[in-house]
Amino acid sequence: MRELTCIGCPLGCPLRVFEEAGQLRVEGNTCPRGEAYARNEVLCPKRTVTSTVAIHGGTVNRLSVRTQTDIPKEKIFACMEQIKAASVDAPVKIGDVILPDVAGTGVPLIATKNVPKA
Amino acid sequence: MRTHDLIVIGGGPAGLAAALSARRAGVQDVLILERDHVLGGILNQCIHNGFGLHTFKEELTGPEYAARFIAQAQEENIPYRLGATVISISREKIVTYVSREDGLAQVRAKALILAMGCRERPRGALNIPGSRPAGIFSAGTAQHLMNIEGYGVGKEVVILGSGDIGLIMARRMTLEGAKVKVVAELMPYSGGLKRNIVQCLDDFGIPLKLSHTVVEIHGRERLTGVTLAQVDENRRPIAGTEECYACDTLLLSVGLLPENELTRALNVKMSRVTGGPEVDDRLQTDCEGVFACGNVLHVHDLVDYVSEEAALAGKNAAACVLSQQTVGRTVPVTADGGVRYTVPQRLDPDNMADSVTVRFRVADVYRDRFVCVYCNGERIRRIKKRVLAPGEMEQVILKKSELAQPLESIRICLEVE
Repeated sequence: MRELTCIGCPLGCPLRVFEEAGQLRVEGNTCPRGEAYARNEVLCPKRTVTSTVAIHGGTVNRLSVRTQTDIPKEKIFACMEQIKAASVDAPVKIGDVILPDVAGTGVPLIATKNVPKA
Repeated sequence: MRTHDLIVIGGGPAGLAAALSARRAGVQDVLILERDHVLGGILNQCIHNGFGLHTFKEELTGPEYAARFIAQAQEENIPYRLGATVISISREKIVTYVSREDGLAQVRAKALILAMGCRERPRGALNIPGSRPAGIFSAGTAQHLMNIEGYGVGKEVVILGSGDIGLIMARRMTLEGAKVKVVAELMPYSGGLKRNIVQCLDDFGIPLKLSHTVVEIHGRERLTGVTLAQVDENRRPIAGTEECYACDTLLLSVGLLPENELTRALNVKMSRVTGGPEVDDRLQTDCEGVFACGNVLHVHDLVDYVSEEAALAGKNAAACVLSQQTVGRTVPVTADGGVRYTVPQRLDPDNMADSVTVRFRVADVYRDRFVCVYCNGERIRRIKKRVLAPGEMEQVILKKSELAQPLESIRICLEVE
């Protein structure tokens, strides 16, 4: 059994997810969104990772970045290791690919800030 | 002295949206004054995602959200001054600012939009006993040091206050390799968004201690630890519940205060609850031609609503500049029975738009209540809410057609069944 808090709306229903004979059963939700949220959280929880990488020759010292889409939750720290090791040279535009495939997820890491040359 | 049609003070999300909207409503001569060396305001350091779901129907990070508005402002060729700190404004709408290029300069405006945002409540406002070692930061300062300057802020962290910035920083510091030991919240509920509690604390197993506060600071040169204690219903520490946490960093996320030092010199009526000026349904203060929007008016939790509110202020300021504004009598919009405040605080029933959005916050966590709107003492609206929390801003949209004429008063309150 897993306990979760639904984030679908401010209500924040306390959810309980039971696994019975290979089937998931959700309790505590008060709408279908709660059930969908609980299933996703148990089967394949995903998150967007945001951080910064070093940037050289630009108007700022740090370039903000994010994974282009959600990545599996268990890859978050592997993703952070690669982000910490990365660095780029200015100029960079929003959407530029910084790492093509972060932590073997197939998802690229992209810039979220425009940084011109200093 | 040079005169501009419209001067917008602040180039963050509110100022940008207001300036754009005024330009699109026909005001050519707009000037934005921004004290930072870039536009975008606080969004520049909010590198997490979750912005823009309402405005752009997609999830953006803060810098991406800001960049969309900055790009629009540049397309419209809206002039702005960076590194320009406004030091005073007057009822005659004379703006005094200082900047490297202009030195001490004065400009006059036909209309002014206040979009200065807010500041964090500092340690000094909390009366935490103890010495003053390094390592105690407001959450937003830590966010700036980490995300803009690229410094590591600390390795073992305790966070006081469960506001959204504190929660976001709990995750951010964890990702950067710090150990966030606990988030303590004085109130019996969190002031942050549910989504942030789940994705910033639960995801990383960071405990949230409600009804707890910091009662002692340890360390001389650098922070070495803090003592937490549980508080009673009067928010007083309970003896015997003290617990010591070793840490080198304490982040304070204990509330935001609209930054209205400039506004006060205008002698406009201020709200004690919001900390911002009182405004009518045009978002105009009681000094004609001076409008306010965004966090300087009242602290928001979603930037999307800031942009929406600011666009309204911009449109109305444009009408004022173009002499299309008719100001009539106003009636009060009052908050009552669990509703702490409303924005706007008054409404011009004869000249109001067809619909007016009234935003408000509630005083406590409530379950199964009705948001009720009374017009001249008669209830005209009753909206069921399963849950209401102080951390989540609420709104009702008043339609001109449903308001009694002649309108005398509007009251918004919470009621039980």
